[in-house]
Amino acid sequence: MKRATTIRILVLLGAVLFVELLCRIGVIVRFTMIPPSEMVVGLFNLLVSGKMNDDMTTTLSSVAISLVASVIVGTAAGAIIHALPRVRRTIDPLLATYYSVPVFVFYPMFIVLFGLNDVPKIVIGFLYAVVAVIINTLNGLDRIPPVLVKTGLVYGMSRVSIVMRILLPFAAPYLFTGVKLAIAYSFIGIIGAEFILSANGLGHSISYAYHNFDNVAMYSLILFILIVVLTINMSLHAWEKMLMKRRGFQ
Amino acid sequence: MSRLEAPGTIRSHERELKKAGDPTAMGTHCELRGATRVYPGSAGRPALHALGPIDLELEAGRFYAVVGPSGCGKSTLLELLAGLASPSEGEVFINGQPIEGNVADGVGVVFQDDASFPWLTVWDNIAFGLRQKGVSENIISEKVKGATKLMGLNGFESAYPAQLSGGMRQRVCIARTLMMEPKLILLDEPFGALDQQTRLLMGDELLNLWRETGATVLLITHALDEAAMLADVVCVMSARPGVLLDVVETGWPRDRDSRIVSKPEFGAITSRLWSLLREESLNALDTKQRGS
Repeated sequence: MKRATTIRILVLLGAVLFVELLCRIGVIVRFTMIPPSEMVVGLFNLLVSGKMNDDMTTTLSSVAISLVASVIVGTAAGAIIHALPRVRRTIDPLLATYYSVPVFVFYPMFIVLFGLNDVPKIVIGFLYAVVAVIINTLNGLDRIPPVLVKTGLVYGMSRVSIVMRILLPFAAPYLFTGVKLAIAYSFIGIIGAEFILSANGLGHSISYAYHNFDNVAMYSLILFILIVVLTINMSLHAWEKMLMKRRGFQ
Repeated sequence: MSRLEAPGTIRSHERELKKAGDPTAMGTHCELRGATRVYPGSAGRPALHALGPIDLELEAGRFYAVVGPSGCGKSTLLELLAGLASPSEGEVFINGQPIEGNVADGVGVVFQDDASFPWLTVWDNIAFGLRQKGVSENIISEKVKGATKLMGLNGFESAYPAQLSGGMRQRVCIARTLMMEPKLILLDEPFGALDQQTRLLMGDELLNLWRETGATVLLITHALDEAAMLADVVCVMSARPGVLLDVVETGWPRDRDSRIVSKPEFGAITSRLWSLLREESLNALDTKQRGS
């Protein structure tokens, strides 16, 4: 194991142990936070009891739908915008300022439009994620050396085939960054929406536990979400590193 | 022959061009008639007259080299022949058919820039074109094996381009082009990234390939000795806008290799090329300095 990794794990472990100690000796009262060890036990019991299965399924499937839709739509939109410079000049300022719009303000409107079900929160997750994918797709496509496109033309490839077999594979590492952001934004959008106005999902359960002073359930769920998000992102990071190494980036 | 009266072409060389031709040649016949390329101006920039008018006939199966000062439109000439760009004026014919901004069948191009695909292994890079054509994997496998051996890439089949030197990457691109068995091979300073010894040896390989395939070859180079050693015919271009200053027949036998550099004729050809180019190169340099 690398020295940096060892140090990182030790620091993290130290911080958790320190919080555990503060909780145990009463510096942090149970009313504020339960000891980390109890969160782990709580999460274990929660998973075994199966009480949260429906909420987990709802949230994770919503995130999955939002993620897949934003990656497909974002990549396609990015490729189309890249191919049409005029459209791009028009859209660029919108893309650049997009994240200054708090998408959540449209949540009530989406509920009116789509009803009180999973669709409004999936739309919010999608709207947060899709632009990150578009921006990173454009970034990747901008870096393509013209000679690779010429090579495709010499092989008699069609425009679509050049996009699918040359442009997108070349841009893959940049698309990866977009996908990683899309995962984060999908989780933020969907869990956030569940907090505000939803009858199910992990966000709703955390909010419910909070309002009922159920710290064990609340922290266990927070821990669950952290574990899921970090596991996904770290696996993607490892994959990305492998791709980048192959291309000579260390 | 009014087409040869365009500025910058030399009538006497028409005969030399006509002489040529190997009866066994399988290569492509190409012709440029008054081919001119002007890049349109944009946003305050004036239009750029890059090339021409050029009249040039490439006889099937012969080896041509194009030399000229930097920025004289050599690469533009190659793009016109490849069908990657259309002439602003004039016409380009491949085997008698005018090409209209489309790449003709049987054209292979090796570019100056690294055109290897960084996400594919050496093997997959070389196989790329054939897979695109839907050739069966068995045949591809046989051919790629042959090409890696020929290009000295054995043992690197599963390496990625980033793990190779610039010269090896260029060899991957050459192998990928040769896989397609082109009848017209266009090379744009393909050995620019290589050291002198490797250049000479790669030149020998290129001559072998040319003899074996019978293809028509057009090599763009800035190295006069490379042009003098490899080509049957060396086309000398002027500074921008590039027109043909002269067409020099080297007179080498078809069966030749890099050892001809020790012959007195080689020196004579190289010095002839240089005397043609010296003034143009000075002009090009002067224009560049005034521009900057």
